[in-house]
Amino acid sequence: MRGDRIFGLVMIVVALGYLLGATAIRTSFMSDPVGPRVFPYLVGCVTLLCAVMMVLRPDPEVEWPIGRTLLNLGVALVVLIAYAFMIKPLGFILPTIIVSGILSYQIDPKPKRAALTGLGLGVGLFVLFKFVLGLGLKGLPPALMG
Amino acid sequence: MDILSNLELGFSIALSPYTLMLAFIGCFVGTIIGALPGLGPSNGVALLIPISFSMGFDAISALVLLTSVYYGAMYGGRISSILLNIPGDEPAMMTTLDGYPMAKQGLAGEALVISGVASFVGAFLATVGLILMAPWLANVAYKFGPAEYFALYFLAFCTLGGMGSKNQTKSAIAACMGLGIAMVGVDELTNMQRYTFDNMHLFDGVDFLVAIVGLFAVSEVFMFIESHGKNSAIGVKLGRLFIPWKLLNQTKGAMLRGTGIGFLAGILPGAGASLGSFLAYVGEKAVSKDKDSFGKGNPRGVAAPEAGNNAAAGGALIPMLTLGVPGSGTTAVLLALLLTLNITPGPLLFTDRPDVVWSLIASLLIANVMLLVMNVPMVKVFVKILMVPSWVLLPGVTMIAFVGIFSLTGSSFDMLLMVAFGVLGYVCRKLDIPTVPIILGILLGNAMENKMRQAMVLSDGDWTFYFSSPISISFWIAGILGFVAPIFLRQYLKKPPQPTIDED
Repeated sequence: MRGDRIFGLVMIVVALGYLLGATAIRTSFMSDPVGPRVFPYLVGCVTLLCAVMMVLRPDPEVEWPIGRTLLNLGVALVVLIAYAFMIKPLGFILPTIIVSGILSYQIDPKPKRAALTGLGLGVGLFVLFKFVLGLGLKGLPPALMG
Repeated sequence: MDILSNLELGFSIALSPYTLMLAFIGCFVGTIIGALPGLGPSNGVALLIPISFSMGFDAISALVLLTSVYYGAMYGGRISSILLNIPGDEPAMMTTLDGYPMAKQGLAGEALVISGVASFVGAFLATVGLILMAPWLANVAYKFGPAEYFALYFLAFCTLGGMGSKNQTKSAIAACMGLGIAMVGVDELTNMQRYTFDNMHLFDGVDFLVAIVGLFAVSEVFMFIESHGKNSAIGVKLGRLFIPWKLLNQTKGAMLRGTGIGFLAGILPGAGASLGSFLAYVGEKAVSKDKDSFGKGNPRGVAAPEAGNNAAAGGALIPMLTLGVPGSGTTAVLLALLLTLNITPGPLLFTDRPDVVWSLIASLLIANVMLLVMNVPMVKVFVKILMVPSWVLLPGVTMIAFVGIFSLTGSSFDMLLMVAFGVLGYVCRKLDIPTVPIILGILLGNAMENKMRQAMVLSDGDWTFYFSSPISISFWIAGILGFVAPIFLRQYLKKPPQPTIDED
């Protein structure tokens, strides 16, 4: 119920924004009969229709995570975002040890085992990618390596 | 014969030691991916595309490797279905119904062998079907103009949406999200920017690989974190393995029927392997005399869906290769692979790049034989690997997803986008919005728009042109039927009671 309604409302806003965005697309003088706006208009209108349908006729509510689980998911998201920023300046190994350790802890909270998993994955995956598969990864922080 | 000389060309490439080695590695990795709960053919192949692309394989090698992974995953899914009662991927769901009861009765070895042979029969015959049908369909597809293609894309979205979700609105909104995302970037015909917000990273559009890895693999991580503790698996011991000839003989009818049903389901755009195995199981139950024993460890209940899902996997390659329209999540991922390699599937592929098509087909045949050998005597090796706990597996999968995208694009922006798609995938899966139409929309969006616009250029703006040929009219009608009919059929075809693990 609520999940579908909220998603529907968000999509209504997105669809309206999308349609507004489509009006701002510039066409060039050498355009075809249809032009670059019509397809986005179509997509936007169908999205709007579906989103309204979702608000008016929602499915039964699903079970959403609450409390600790929700917190866990939030932590995982933050960690993944941080990882995306860390991998370039800090190299592959260090961020991978930290992030895979945290994720492992979240799936099964045993600190020692999670730390070992992180260490193993950080080093193991680096060896696999760098030396077995030959990808151009930097293992250590590039700043340190000069 | 044309086909024979083509196959000879294919085998001459596929039988080189290097290609054979790639096929072997692909089959091995694929079986593992299929067997691990939570990883299936679609997210497995999705994870491997960026990596194999960064490794600099040529088109044929990458194709052979990843289609071997695809077939291998279809084989592997049954292992955890039978031993753990957890389907390794969605198409293997039906196998749990009779496979796990068989294992509990101490017949785990027999169930694994029967399902392995059934997989082989299904996949092998479907590949033969592909050899016979694909060139014929490619010839038909030659006659398609832009209007027909536009209608065909419409048909693909409709049937995929019609079968993919319980709620038609949700499939439609998913397809729209995909199509909308595909519009981002510079318009090919006018060179004007659309929805780029002057962000340099968006000028080329959203990379479909980023979207696929995010929606399929990263969302899986969130699902796992949410469900940790709940997925307690009760494993079954695997005894000595021997080949139960008597049971194989008893189930050969079931295998052949399952193959036929699965193959047809695979060819339909939008149906794919899950529907194939489902229909094969239901069909087998309907024709057998001992209906009561289904669900309690009937070997035919293992053979039919396993043959069905592998046959559907082969059948699904036909529309993908000849028309460029994938029939399922996994073939959508394979389409992404072809596009990454700069190969445009369609009728022209068969005349322009016969080496690609026929070496692919030849290596499918080879991969099947390899998989039969791997999956019957060597199944114990995979059973060992299955014991990898999720607290190692999931972090590992996440890191592989990041490395793949990072080595492909080298930008933090794309990794963030991947995480965003992961969140979107998680929300969609919670709300029962299918993610495959999103992928399909991103993959086909630009082609669909271009066909629509080309058709109007040809007809000088006359809208009736879209409905001007019998072929396109039949596509439009089939599309609408395919979208609407499941609403009424749903009462008769109830979804199986098992929880789903992988979107397909």
